[in-house]
Amino acid sequence: MTTALERIAVPLLALLASALLFGLLLAVYAQVDPLEAFALMYQGAFGSWFSWQNTLTRAAPLILTALCTALPARLGLVIIGNEGALVVGGVAAAAAGIAVSGAPPVVVQITMALAAMIVGGAWIALAGGLRQWRGVNETISSLLLTYIAIALMNHFVEGPLRDPSSLNKPSTFPIGDANMLGTITGTDVHWGLVFGIVACLAIYVFQRFTTWGFAMEVIGGNPKTARMMGLDVGRYVLLACAAGGAAAGLAGMVEVAAVHGKANASLAVGYGYSGILVSFLARHHPLAIVPVAILLGGIGASGGLLQRRLDLPDAAVVVLQGIIFVAILASETLYGRLWKPKAAA
Amino acid sequence: MDDTSLGIWGVPLAMLAGAIRVSTPFIFVSIGECLTERSGRINLGLEGTLVMGAMSAYGVALMSGSPWLGVLVAALVGLLLGALHAGICQLPRVNDIATGIGLMLFGTGLAFFLGKPFIQPKAPNLGAIDLGWWSSIPQVRQALQVNYLFVIGIVLAFALAWALKNTRWGLIVRLAGESVDAALAIGASVDRVRLIATSIGGAFAGVGGAFLSLYYPGSWNEGLSSGQGLMAVALVIFARWDPVRCLWASLLFGAAGAISPALQSVGVTQGYYLFSAAPYVLTLALMIATCSPERSLRGAPGELGAVK
Repeated sequence: MTTALERIAVPLLALLASALLFGLLLAVYAQVDPLEAFALMYQGAFGSWFSWQNTLTRAAPLILTALCTALPARLGLVIIGNEGALVVGGVAAAAAGIAVSGAPPVVVQITMALAAMIVGGAWIALAGGLRQWRGVNETISSLLLTYIAIALMNHFVEGPLRDPSSLNKPSTFPIGDANMLGTITGTDVHWGLVFGIVACLAIYVFQRFTTWGFAMEVIGGNPKTARMMGLDVGRYVLLACAAGGAAAGLAGMVEVAAVHGKANASLAVGYGYSGILVSFLARHHPLAIVPVAILLGGIGASGGLLQRRLDLPDAAVVVLQGIIFVAILASETLYGRLWKPKAAA
Repeated sequence: MDDTSLGIWGVPLAMLAGAIRVSTPFIFVSIGECLTERSGRINLGLEGTLVMGAMSAYGVALMSGSPWLGVLVAALVGLLLGALHAGICQLPRVNDIATGIGLMLFGTGLAFFLGKPFIQPKAPNLGAIDLGWWSSIPQVRQALQVNYLFVIGIVLAFALAWALKNTRWGLIVRLAGESVDAALAIGASVDRVRLIATSIGGAFAGVGGAFLSLYYPGSWNEGLSSGQGLMAVALVIFARWDPVRCLWASLLFGAAGAISPALQSVGVTQGYYLFSAAPYVLTLALMIATCSPERSLRGAPGELGAVK
């Protein structure tokens, strides 16, 4: 009972502390009434159908990139190469889309998604494989792979795939308006949100109800026991990393096919790094990722309104996100200790 | 600037210039991270510290008119952010990798938030030592404009290497990084050692940021850092946790960053973006070559959870 209560009380405490800190910053430094700011933020994030759509659009890439950390985390791996997988996925999607641009749009879109998922999956599977067979730390290697991914993107975008007419911001050739993913019927939210939610549900079912999912839980709990049970740990590591990388790669494909229409430096704007934090805040649980991503998307979405109404810098919402991340991560330490004094008495 | 007049010699010269000019933030960030990691903790948030350092140094230099006061304040801000990271990470069950990324976001966000008023005005810059007075070639003269912080960074790298190896204090830091039990056995408080090491590491990163805003590129804007703080971790591994090798690695990373534009200026336009990935590919190759499933990287501090 107390543990269930804790799971709600601890994050709530952390959120409250974050709100207090942020409110203090607004009141003292920016001379703004914090309550007014919070009311505006609510309005900008969840106050109307328009702001909900903005929020959900921002949440979509976070859901997909968070899975890149969450899936390997089930096995006890800490992968932080989300940004890299997104970037290579986006470039692969653009390249594939351009290659088959004459085909019917559905074929083009499926080809793009497959290319992005395969390349993104292989990217993170490489980190997993190096861990398994060479003992290379997966956290560091996946971070290094992110820099390599960004350099590769620059190479392709400025070189072999460059559209000569993109002068200010070198980009690949556009995939064509007809091949764009479009938005969910009746909304301005693109299909990436549906991809993300479906992926989270599918992974939840996989982890909860299949033998493979159970095997992964065993490995995450104790790899030695898993080996003694005869589980092929390496295969599961590769599988989890590939699936996670595929999710982040798909996020890259969505950025290309639903937002930019081409691949360029706009792919590497930090969705991958935010995804790591979403995964940690959700404690790597696939179903918790969706609300966490929506909360953070909402905070991001409210930045514009704060800027217009209160003349706050747009970075204000980034500060709040940072405070929330750090507070919730630090609050991990409270679990099991909140009610200790009472129990002892 | 006309590099073509020097022909192909423009490329190594540009790399030298790049190594001297661009590497300073790398040096500070990497020796800071090196010290932190030697005490057994990883700080992925130095990017945020770097940007905060850049912003506060610029702001203070602008308001006080003294760039060196700016550097001092940047170091103080870095110290505080490092202490914050250390303080949070020493709580039980808190993940230091995630906290680092959280603080990276917090630091950059806060810097952009507080630094909004400093984007337009021009603050006084740090001066440079002119080591190229003997040359009549303008490119050489420009390449040998050496900033004081560059020199301080080199001295600090050697001093840190010496201190880690030869002082009682260095021994305790290394013990905290290698074996918590051994550190406890000689009566050292591991948490306190790491708190101090992480704070000083943060201060170094703050000074690295001050170089960015006060010397090169020498202004404050939101695109100032191109990820130097994030690369610190890669640099330290590349240097195998040795401050002097951190220095060489920083020079190498700085030079590698200068290859692309230099090659472009002599007419090589194919594949030069791949050169900027060279340091990371090298680091990864180094890790693959020296790791095995049985033991982790040679030279890695034993208590460093992130590389176990």
